[in-house]
Amino acid sequence: MSNTTKFLFRTRGTHRLHIADILMYLYLGLGTLLMFGPVLWGAVSSFKTAAELERFPPSFLPSADEKVEVEGYDSPLSLYTVTLDDGTVAELAQVRRIGIEAQFIDPVNPGELIKVHVNQTEPVRSFALQWQNYIQPLQRFQFFTFFKNSVIVTVSATLITLFINSLAAFALSKYDFRGRHIMFILILGTLMIPTTVTLVPNFLVVTTLGWSNKLIGVILPTVATPTGVFLLRQYMLTIPDDLLDAARIDGASEWRIYWQIILPLASPAIAVLAIFSVMWRWNDFLWPLVVLTQTDKFTLQMGLNMFQGQFDIQWQYLLAMSVLALLPITIIFIFLQRYITTGIASSGVKM
Amino acid sequence: MSETITQKPKKIPQLLLLPITGLLHLLMNISDLFMDFIQRRVGIQGMAYIFVLPNMVFFAMFSLLPLLINFYYAFTGGVKPLPQDRFPVGTGNFDILLECGNYLDPNSCRADLFWRGLQNTIWYVIFEVGAILIFSVLTAVILNQNIKGRGFFRSVFFYPTLLSSVVIALLWKWILQREGILNASLTPFGFEPINFLLDANWSRFWVIFIGVWAKVGFYTLIVLAGLQAIPNTLYEAAKIDGAGRGASFRHITLPLLKPSLIVVLVLTFIRAVQVFDHVFVMTGGGPGTATQYIVQYIYNIGFATSLQNFGLAAAASILLGLILVILTIIQMRVTGSGEE
Amino acid sequence: MKIKNDVKKLMLTVSLVGLLLFLAACGSAEPEVITVVETVEVEKEVPVEVEVEVTRQVETEVEVEVTRQVEVAAEQVDIRFMGELPIDASVVMEDLLDRFESENPDINVILDNVPLSTIMESLPLQLQTGDGPDIAKVTDIGGLSEYYLDMRPYLTDPGYWEENMQTTINATNPDGLDEINGIYSDVTVTGPFINRTLFEQAGVAVPSDTSDEVTWEEWAEAARQVRDATGVDYAMAMDRSGHRFAGPAVSQGAQFFNEEGYPTIDDEGFRRMAQLMIDWHADGTMPLDVWAGGDSYQDARAEFVNSNLVLYMTGNWQIGPFTDQIGDAFDWEAVPNPCGPAACSGMPGGSVIVGIAATQYPEQVTRLMEFLAAEENYGEWAARANYIPQHEGLIESGIAYETDLPQALNAYTVFGNQTSKLAPLTYELQGYKYNSLLFNSIRDRLTQAIVGELSLDEAIERIQADVDEGLAATGE
Repeated sequence: MSNTTKFLFRTRGTHRLHIADILMYLYLGLGTLLMFGPVLWGAVSSFKTAAELERFPPSFLPSADEKVEVEGYDSPLSLYTVTLDDGTVAELAQVRRIGIEAQFIDPVNPGELIKVHVNQTEPVRSFALQWQNYIQPLQRFQFFTFFKNSVIVTVSATLITLFINSLAAFALSKYDFRGRHIMFILILGTLMIPTTVTLVPNFLVVTTLGWSNKLIGVILPTVATPTGVFLLRQYMLTIPDDLLDAARIDGASEWRIYWQIILPLASPAIAVLAIFSVMWRWNDFLWPLVVLTQTDKFTLQMGLNMFQGQFDIQWQYLLAMSVLALLPITIIFIFLQRYITTGIASSGVKM
Repeated sequence: MSETITQKPKKIPQLLLLPITGLLHLLMNISDLFMDFIQRRVGIQGMAYIFVLPNMVFFAMFSLLPLLINFYYAFTGGVKPLPQDRFPVGTGNFDILLECGNYLDPNSCRADLFWRGLQNTIWYVIFEVGAILIFSVLTAVILNQNIKGRGFFRSVFFYPTLLSSVVIALLWKWILQREGILNASLTPFGFEPINFLLDANWSRFWVIFIGVWAKVGFYTLIVLAGLQAIPNTLYEAAKIDGAGRGASFRHITLPLLKPSLIVVLVLTFIRAVQVFDHVFVMTGGGPGTATQYIVQYIYNIGFATSLQNFGLAAAASILLGLILVILTIIQMRVTGSGEE
Repeated sequence: MKIKNDVKKLMLTVSLVGLLLFLAACGSAEPEVITVVETVEVEKEVPVEVEVEVTRQVETEVEVEVTRQVEVAAEQVDIRFMGELPIDASVVMEDLLDRFESENPDINVILDNVPLSTIMESLPLQLQTGDGPDIAKVTDIGGLSEYYLDMRPYLTDPGYWEENMQTTINATNPDGLDEINGIYSDVTVTGPFINRTLFEQAGVAVPSDTSDEVTWEEWAEAARQVRDATGVDYAMAMDRSGHRFAGPAVSQGAQFFNEEGYPTIDDEGFRRMAQLMIDWHADGTMPLDVWAGGDSYQDARAEFVNSNLVLYMTGNWQIGPFTDQIGDAFDWEAVPNPCGPAACSGMPGGSVIVGIAATQYPEQVTRLMEFLAAEENYGEWAARANYIPQHEGLIESGIAYETDLPQALNAYTVFGNQTSKLAPLTYELQGYKYNSLLFNSIRDRLTQAIVGELSLDEAIERIQADVDEGLAATGE
C-alpha cells in the first residue's frame, strides 16, 4: 500500500477498514461540502458578470463573453456561435437582441444583419474575473464609511462588554452579597426575551438619551450581554476561593484580585466571549437599522441590505459586498480558530 | 493539512508591546489608588456592589426599562409610542390575542396571524431542536475519533456560525432560486426546477435546514467538550467486559454527556423559539404566512407597518416570554438539572 | 500556559487597536459634535417666539466657538434630507443641492438616501418621538401629515405656491388645514406596460390598437397567447402592492367607503377583481414570485426588462428605469388602463418632499424648499429625473424631458392622458389619511388567498377586521 492510501484508510487502532470508518469519512466529506460549499460558491460567483449569474445552468468558473471590434460600431460586440437556418455554424457578433430574436453581423465581413432565433445561439466565453463587481459599489456606495462604522461599533462594544461583564461575573461568583441571586436570575431571564420584541421601547430609551443616529446608541445598549455574564460566572466559579483568600492575606485589594488573579485565570472564557462579542456586533442588523437612519452612520450589514431593497436584487454586487463583509471575520477566524474551538470546548465543560 | 490551518499567529515583538503594557500598568496603578480609596469606604463585601454596578446600570437602562415600558404598552392602547400619549385599555390587548373559537384552528381566532405564527413556531422548534441535537452529537462523536485533519473539520463545521444572518439568508436565497445552483444540479437527474421558496412545505424545510446549518457547529463544540471530559478508562473497562461500540455509546457516552446535552437543549430551544433574522431576509414569512414565526408577527404589527400597534405587539411578546419561561422551567425539571 | 500567553498578547493588541480607533474616531468627530451641541443648547434656552433673536444668538454663540476653535465650517447649519431616491434621481438632486449650497453658504444639506423600509418604518417612529430629519421625501402623504412643517410664516411669496401647487397643499392637509408643507417629488399614475415586440413575434394583435376600452380579461387572454407562442415565462404581473390593486378594483366597481365615509371592503366589484387575481395566479397567468415571494413591496421590473413578461401592471415611475435598462432593445409601450364595468382607472399617487415641523432650522428649511420649488429648478428635477411635477405653470409650458427615445416619449403621452381618466373615487382613496392601513391589509390578505391559506370570503372578512382594528387603535 502506498503511503497515501495507508493514510486514507488508516483506522482507529485496528488495521482493518471498518464500515464505520468509511461512513465517518463520508459524513465528514459531505459535511465539508455542505458547510463550506455554499460560501465558496458565493465567493467564486462574486466574480461573475450579471449576465452570467442569470445563466442556467450556471458554470463553476467565472467567465466573460468574448468581444470583437466591428467596423461601424462604437463599442465592442459579443461573439456568438450561431447555427444558421441552413444548418451551417458560424462565429458572429451580436448587434442586439430583441425578445427571442437576435441580430448578428459577421465580424470578418461586416455587411447585412442576420436575424436568428436566440435558441440557435451560444455565446463564446473565456475565463475572466469581474473585478467591476467590487470596484463599482466601492465607488458608488460609502463602503469605507460603513466599514469604519462597523469597526468602531464592534471594537468599542466588545471592549466595554468584556470589562463590565467580567466585573459583574466576578462579583456574582465570588461574593456573597444580598440581591445577587435576584440579579443573576434577572440577567438570565432576559435571555428569554428576543431583542426584536423590545425594539420600540428600546428606541424610546435611546431617543430620550439623545443617542439616535449616533454610534453610541448602537454600542451601549448591547454591552450588558446576559450570555457573557453567564459564561464568565460559570467559569469563575471553578477558580478556587483559596487563591483569593491567600491574596487578601498578602494585602491585595479586591480590585487587584480582579485584574491580577481573576482576569488571567479566566482568560480562556474571556477569549471566547471576545470572539462572540465581535461576531454579534459585526453581524448586528435590526437594531442599527432602527437607530441609524443617516447614511454616514450606516454599518456594513445595513449597506448590504441596501442592495436588496433599493434596486431589484443585483446579485453580482450583493455577492461581492457579502464577501467583503465576511472577509474580516473569516481572517480573524483562520488565525484564531485554535483558540476559538478549544476555548469554547474548555469553557463549555464548565457550563 | 490541519497544520497549515492551525498555524499560530506570528509573535508580536516584545519591544512593540512595551508601550502598551506600560500604559496598562500606569492605568492599573492609577485605578488601584482610586479603588483602594473606595474599598476603604465600603469594605470588602461592599466592593461586590461596585463591581456589578456598571453592568447593572446598562442592564437596567437597556433591558429592564424597555421591558417595563413593554408591560406598560401591553395594557394601554393607541398608536403613539410616548407613554403620556397612550390610554389604558386594561387587558384589552390580551383579549384580542386570546379570542379564539378553536385554539387549534388559527382561522377561527381574532388574531389569526398570532396563532399561525405560534403554530409555525412550534413545528420549527420541534424540528430544529431535534435536528441540532442529533447532528451535533453525531458530528461531535465523529470528531472525537482519532482522525486526521480533526482541527480542519472542526473549523469547517464551526465556520457558518460566524456569518451574519443577512449574509446567510441572501446566499441561500440565491442558491435556492429557480435558476439557482441547486436546481441546476438536480435537473440533469430528471427533476423539474422547483421554486423552493414559493412552495409552503419546501420553504418551511429550507428555513429549518438553514437554521441547523448555521448553528450546528457551535453546539457540536459544546458536545465535543462533554465527550472529551469522559475518561477513556471507562471505555476500556467496557471493552474488557465485552461491550460493543453501540453498547458503550448507549451506556457510557449518553449518560455522561447529559449535562452537555441539557445545555444544548436549553440554548437551542430558546434560540429556536426566537427565530426571526434569517427567515425574515430569506422568505419574509412567505409564501403567504407559511414561514411567519411568532417574533415576526410581533415585529410586523408593532414596527413594520404604517399604523404601529405597540400595545398588541407588547402583549404578544409578554405571552411569548411567559411560554418560554414556563417551558424552560419544565425542561429543567424533567431533565433534573434544577441546581444552577 | 502557552495558549494563555498568546491570548493575553492578542487581547493587548486588540485593545491597542481599539484604543487607536477610538481616538481616531473622536479626533475626526470632535469639531462637528461640539458646534451642534452648542447651538442646540442655546436654542433650548431661548423662547421659540422670538425667532430673529434665536438665530442671532446662535450666530454669536457660534462665532465665539469659531474664534476658540478656528473652525471655518462652524458657520454652517446642517440640514438633513432623508429620502429613498433611485440612482439617477439622486444624481439630479445632488446637483440641485450643490447649487443651492453655493448660493447659500450658511447651509449644508446632507442627503440621506436610505432604503424604502427606513422611510416606511423608522421615519414614523422618529417623527413620533420628536426626532427625525429636517426634510423628508415621504410616500404615506396623508398618514404623516401632522408632522409637516407649515412654511407659511417663513415664505417670501406664498402666492406662488397657492397659484401653482394648490393640489399639493390639499394633499398634504388631509385634515382640511391650509398649510404649505412642500412639493410633490413626483406625481404618479398606475397603469400597465406591454412588450409589443413579443406580441409581434407571436403574431397576436395588441388589443388596445383596435379598442379604447379593453377589459382585464381580454388583456389576460391576449397575454397568455403571446406567452405560449413566444415561450417567455410570464404573461402578466402586478407589483405587490394594495395601491396597485386599487385602480383595477375601482374599475370593477369596488366602492371602498360607505355613505358615512367609513372604509368598507366587501362589495361585488372588489370581489370580482380579487377573484381575478386569485385565478390568474392559480392558472399561471401571473408569477407567484411577485405576490408570494416576500414580506413587503415587490416589483417585477427585472422580468419585464429581460423580456420575460408580456404585460406588467405598474406605474409611470418605471419610464426612467425602462429608458435606462431597456432603451430600444425591444418595443415597450404604456397602454391605457384596462376596463371593468365601472371605470378604466388606475390610481393617482406619488411622494412629496416636505419640511418636518420638529426641525430646528425652519427658516433654512424653507429657503431650501423655495429653491426646489422655483420653476426652473423644479422643472430641471422633473425633466432629468423623468418625473411628473405638480406645478400648474410647468405643466402648461411642458416638461422638456431629456430623452429622445420614442418609446419613452410615447409612454409620457399615454400616462398624461390617463390622468384625466382616473375615477373620482381613486382621488378620494388616495387622499384618505389611513389608506396605507387599507392597502397593506389588502396586500397581505390577498396574498394569503392567492397561496390558498384563506378563501376569498375569509380574506375579505380579515381585511375588514384589520381595518376596523387599526382604526380603533388610532381612536378615530
